[in-house]
Amino acid sequence: MPDATSTFVYVTFIRTTPERLWQALTDAETMRHYWFGMHQAAEWKAGAAWQLIFADGRVADSGEILECDPPHRLVIKWRNEFRDELKAEGYGRCVITLEPIAGAVKLTITHSIDQPESKLIGAVSGGWPRILSNLKSYLETGRLALDPAARP
Amino acid sequence: MSDDAVFRALADASRRALLDRLHARNGQTLGELCAGLAMTRQAVTKHLAILEDANLIATQRLGREKLHFINPVPINDIAERWIGKFNRPRLAALAHLKRKLEGENDA
Repeated sequence: MPDATSTFVYVTFIRTTPERLWQALTDAETMRHYWFGMHQAAEWKAGAAWQLIFADGRVADSGEILECDPPHRLVIKWRNEFRDELKAEGYGRCVITLEPIAGAVKLTITHSIDQPESKLIGAVSGGWPRILSNLKSYLETGRLALDPAARP
Repeated sequence: MSDDAVFRALADASRRALLDRLHARNGQTLGELCAGLAMTRQAVTKHLAILEDANLIATQRLGREKLHFINPVPINDIAERWIGKFNRPRLAALAHLKRKLEGENDA
């Protein structure tokens, strides 16, 4: 990886179908369950505006859907909106891929930005693992791994 | 992707050292990961395969290079399952005390 880029990769295997996982990744109501009350607002098609919204309605992050190929691949142009030092880094990219593998789906999230030692990537690195653990638990057992009151 | 595979993969100091190197700098090639290690390239390749099978690292191709990324999700799954049910603040306080008593280098 060129040193000018910060990248994190998150992989989880979830015993579900790509269709169910895609629905969980794009449906606002389902998202609120495992994303600590937050949800994404977007028309799920390339070129559409995208927002990540706090439980209280404030906009956390915003951007644009760059690619949308259900239930395989989603690419989001992603910028923080509520912390000045993160917003100053500009837009990063979040690539989400779903691959069916032996009765499960391999979900890969690659979050990167053209900034060395990015604060944004550092900030999301605390959130994604908890969101994905919760999502896996929700889809496999119908229960959450973490109390919804515990914020990432 | 069992917890057993994760615990087995972590039960080796060389593999934990490789994870530490990726934690310090994510997205390294095999060559970069081997640099300065007292391990053969073959040994490192074998350890990386075990870590990847346990989903503790993910790899991506960039042109001709294969980059290795630490994947914290399985460890987080284990933490939620085995530690989350206990009192987190108390554990954090104990970890803090341990760091203070033992010096700031580890923990």
